[in-house]
Amino acid sequence: MQEKDKTRRKVLIGLTSALGLSGVPFAATPFIAAWNPSAKAKAAGAAVKLDVSKMQYGQQIQVAWRKQPVFIIRHTEESLAGLDLSLEKLADPNSDQILEPYKGLNQSRSKSPEYSVMSGVCTHLGCSPKYHPEVEPKPWDESWKGGFFCPCHGSMFDMVGRVYKGVPAPTNLVVPPHMFEGSILTIGEDKEL
Amino acid sequence: MSEMAGKLFSWVNSRLPIVNTFERHLSKHPVPSKVNFWYLFGALAAVTLIIQIVSGIWLIMPYSNTEEQAFSSIEYIMRDVDYGWVIRYIHTTGASLFFAVVYLHMFRGLLYGSYQKPKELVWIFGCTIYLAMMAEGFLGYVLPYGQMSYWGAQVIISLFGAIPYIGESLELWVRGDYYISGITVSRFFALHVVALPLVLIALVFLHLVALHEVGAGNPEGVDIEEYLDDDGVPLDSVPFFPYKVLNALVAIGVFMTVFSIIMFFFPEGGGYFIEMANFQEANPLVTPEHIAPVWYYAPFYTMLRAIPDPLGGLIVMAAAVAIFFVVPWLDRSKVASIRYKGIFSKIALTMFGVSFLTLGYLGTVGVTEIRKTMSVICTIIYFAYFLLMPIYTKYESTKEVPKRL
Repeated sequence: MQEKDKTRRKVLIGLTSALGLSGVPFAATPFIAAWNPSAKAKAAGAAVKLDVSKMQYGQQIQVAWRKQPVFIIRHTEESLAGLDLSLEKLADPNSDQILEPYKGLNQSRSKSPEYSVMSGVCTHLGCSPKYHPEVEPKPWDESWKGGFFCPCHGSMFDMVGRVYKGVPAPTNLVVPPHMFEGSILTIGEDKEL
Repeated sequence: MSEMAGKLFSWVNSRLPIVNTFERHLSKHPVPSKVNFWYLFGALAAVTLIIQIVSGIWLIMPYSNTEEQAFSSIEYIMRDVDYGWVIRYIHTTGASLFFAVVYLHMFRGLLYGSYQKPKELVWIFGCTIYLAMMAEGFLGYVLPYGQMSYWGAQVIISLFGAIPYIGESLELWVRGDYYISGITVSRFFALHVVALPLVLIALVFLHLVALHEVGAGNPEGVDIEEYLDDDGVPLDSVPFFPYKVLNALVAIGVFMTVFSIIMFFFPEGGGYFIEMANFQEANPLVTPEHIAPVWYYAPFYTMLRAIPDPLGGLIVMAAAVAIFFVVPWLDRSKVASIRYKGIFSKIALTMFGVSFLTLGYLGTVGVTEIRKTMSVICTIIYFAYFLLMPIYTKYESTKEVPKRL
């Protein structure tokens, strides 16, 4: 074969291969996209609404949004005042490291000063921390001021879900998108966002 | 009649290489004449793979891969299907013993240098099999949709979330839902029963083809190809069939006895083969008090826990598995077998073995301060074994390897 033909053949092989390869992303699209949450899963994961005015002061309830626990607490004046007591133990007391958009919320870490709304999923590896509101010595902390303790790997959070220093969880419990319309709390949607 | 059978056989054989393949890979395939029990675990792994495939197919029949029915279909298999409990316990016992046999098989490789030139590819295919097995075991453990299935998967899938930038969307993509739901279970089911078994079988095939190309090793590390008879067959070899096949049958008999004892008398393996929390249905709102992986992942889980940062833990855990792949290039020794290597190799391998077992123990128990320190020390020893290998294997004095086996 002549040199000219060899070059010509190489170019043709290159072009054909490139054209063939450019089809790969197109062919792969349905296979990859089929793993996304389906329309049904998205519908089932829609926002949930509840009336929080019926909650007692100091009560903690757990609601499921997308089958994940969300903790809601209605604080008493004392428990809000007590938040500063364990300040030096906290890794990120002002929630600076939390993901946007919920920076600089109320002290109670929700859009209402009276309530706390936070995801009940540990920011370490996704276990669900347990609520221990009592101010008393605990096996994991001698001077426990009340809060959440994760049984999996021992992460500690205060009453409004702020993480302690020196525990495996890297950040505070996440505040999910939420809004208050009167006493109706919607979790999973925030019209202001 | 026999004439007809002969004719039929030669008709088939002239169209399909039966005799050729039998001779090439069995009756005329030379293997070292002197090996020890460490060389039996490969055959046992192959047997276990077949047991898993057969029992697995039978489990698919009554199993239901939906969120509502996954857990109850396991109870149905255990209580209502005739001999369903036997088939399920074959599969769970098989999973644990598969890992036990493969760990011993891998240790044999480190002991006798089964990865050295020209067996690098055999070793790499083997490591890939191990990787695929880990994925296969994890996916299978999620299918009963018990508490440990759910929360174990929650922890493992959260590891993807530790990857910067794409982590969270990757998690969502893997689950296909906002939590580990029926959607996740049915996708894991497809991967567990179709995709990964195909990959495993293909890899085992490549592992064997590469092995037959370069020839099996021996505990002395002697190259039997050096001394050949007039027909070009190594003098220190015997044909694989019947010698090694019959040999392996004895081992398989012993293995089956152990298998049956576990399966009939200790199917839960004291909570190590099937964890107690998995007898409760998955509940996304309540985490069990104590989360521990099945024993065969425990060493790597301990490493994950020893590192406070999730991304760091993920990297260390992945590196612990990945480092096996490069062992052929870490070992600079002139000799293959531990018998002829120097004292440093012997100390290093012993310490590696002890640290691996300790890491395994630590992964199954709760965390305390002293155990955390031990986890870190053992993780360091684990990596030191590999990372210092180029130094201690190169500079230590080795013994002369004999010429003949």
